[in-house]
Amino acid sequence: MKETFRQSMAWLHTWTGLVVGWVLYLVFMTGTAGYFDEEITRWMQPEAPLAVASAPVPAAEAIARAQAILSARAPDAERWSIDPPWDRTEREWHLSWPKPGAEQAGRRGGGRERVTMDPATGDEITRKIEPRETDGGVGLYRLHYKLHYMPEHSAILIVGLCTMLMLLAILSGVVTHKKIFKDFFTFRPGKGQRSWLDMHNVISVTALPFFLMITYSGLVFFMYAYIPATMTLAYGVDKTWDNDGYGNPLNPRVNNRFDGDGAPRGGRFRRDDAVPASGIPAPLTDLPRLAREVERQWGAGKIGGISIDRPGDANARITFSLMESGLARNTRITRVFDGVTGADISSAPFRQGATWKAQNAMTALHEGLFAGRLLRWLYFLSGLLGCAMIATGLILWTVKRRHKQHRDGDAFSFRLVETLNIGTIAGLPLGIAAYFWANRLLPVAMETRAAWEYHSLFLAMGATLLWAAIRRPAGKAWEEALAAAALAFILLPVLNAITTNRHLGVTIPAGDWVLAGFDLTMLALGAVMAIAAAKVRRKWAAPSGRALRVHGKSFA
Amino acid sequence: MTPAVHHRLSLVSRIIAGAGGGYLLTSLIAMLMFLLLRAGGVARDAALLAPALASFLIYAAIVMAVFHARSAARAWLWIAGASLPVALLLLVLNGGIGG
Repeated sequence: MKETFRQSMAWLHTWTGLVVGWVLYLVFMTGTAGYFDEEITRWMQPEAPLAVASAPVPAAEAIARAQAILSARAPDAERWSIDPPWDRTEREWHLSWPKPGAEQAGRRGGGRERVTMDPATGDEITRKIEPRETDGGVGLYRLHYKLHYMPEHSAILIVGLCTMLMLLAILSGVVTHKKIFKDFFTFRPGKGQRSWLDMHNVISVTALPFFLMITYSGLVFFMYAYIPATMTLAYGVDKTWDNDGYGNPLNPRVNNRFDGDGAPRGGRFRRDDAVPASGIPAPLTDLPRLAREVERQWGAGKIGGISIDRPGDANARITFSLMESGLARNTRITRVFDGVTGADISSAPFRQGATWKAQNAMTALHEGLFAGRLLRWLYFLSGLLGCAMIATGLILWTVKRRHKQHRDGDAFSFRLVETLNIGTIAGLPLGIAAYFWANRLLPVAMETRAAWEYHSLFLAMGATLLWAAIRRPAGKAWEEALAAAALAFILLPVLNAITTNRHLGVTIPAGDWVLAGFDLTMLALGAVMAIAAAKVRRKWAAPSGRALRVHGKSFA
Repeated sequence: MTPAVHHRLSLVSRIIAGAGGGYLLTSLIAMLMFLLLRAGGVARDAALLAPALASFLIYAAIVMAVFHARSAARAWLWIAGASLPVALLLLVLNGGIGG
């Protein structure tokens, strides 16, 4: 439509980026918070005890202690379950067994006795903490694909459409560049539009592989919901599952069993219950020895759960499950032993084809569940760069047109974009801070407190939008919204100190770096917001801001 | 029709061609890929995954082509011209193979 390929792609980049920029900003920011979902949840439940720094306990020792508790407490249970901690922020082990008769009655999950165990001492942790009701970090993480105030399926389609346009914006953005490598080393500060463009380029190119990976893999989660044609062709229109990406049998989350032809076998992994109890008592084999053997094969800390069927019976059976993290997620790899002789009676693993692995690898890469501390921070910083990329792109749109709109008089669309920019770019961080403030200020016993934490987020964001719409000049609205967000973040550790005893003065001496890290991160985010507010103030204070004078070459 | 109105109509037409027509063409290509992979003896899960993964890039390429076409009419012609043989091939193959 424009003369050259680059010009038409620049047009496409500008407009695809603009129409979905605000939703994508929310998706990126809440998704970025999601990389620390467990850490955020811990901060949002200050009733939980401080973490004590301690050396990891070898699994075999913890299992021996668990066995001692289980043989004392539930010698006649049908099954014992021993689970190491699955969360990054947890260290207790969980033991459980079905109450007599509960499994026959078909009450799964409900009819169980549970014990929490300190793996180092083997003590039962009886302290019953009732943490406050909150969706915590998982709540923020869910916002990035389920949005809020709408049915999940609609949200998935909306986010999917925006993600597709994001992919388009990235691809067209890359080809827009004449010299992407040179652009990377070009930054001309203090030159208005040029500087915004340079900043947008530098940020986008720096983390380009991450943006491509996260966008493309994001589409994979629900891909059959986005493009159902092939599924319909393969299974007919009257297939029995929902086409929501989770309900279909090709999803690695739902099904990992295929027959030789690649047709899903259906059904989740089922426990093999073919062997009944013999009624003949027999002592259980050496459990720690088996654990050591399994760890030799899988690696230390890789046991994700142990279940002992019919303990004390001649037909006892022991199943070790591989910790499902990273690429091992959803694999349901197990090793099964005879509970009396200790013989390995594992059956051959079922087929997990290349397709299954490819899909599983992409979603694992997106979620970063395998990431250790350093890589997790890298994910977090890359996510923040994504927010900055979108924000600078959106601002660039208005900077380019600020002088033109006086001339052409299309003031409405300009004001709309500017208002939405202020309302989301500064309003969403303020909203997230409000989500944390609400967590500390709402009454602990309040019945709808989790819901009101979300309401607080959207109320703060809505208020910023409203303020941006009425406050003139726009520079003032920018400055005040950013300053409000800066204050909200910087004062959060202070509020935390007033309302709880989990503040920096306690958490740093105790070495609880998850809780201290949250407060310190809030201070850092607040500082970034404060710098942005100060910059806006200086820019707009100048009588004829540079932004208005510089006429960069506009190709959009 | 003033040039401004003409420009806007042509833009709307192009957006529909890219978003709607492009999606239709992508779906057709994905279905054809599935049938061809099946005919080539590829297992069903792989034959479903490959077109689904490729579809996002195919769709992006089509939209980029639509917005680069010299006019909206040409963009529509390209979409229709590509869809027709794919659809015909689909009908022929689907009669012979089935899921």
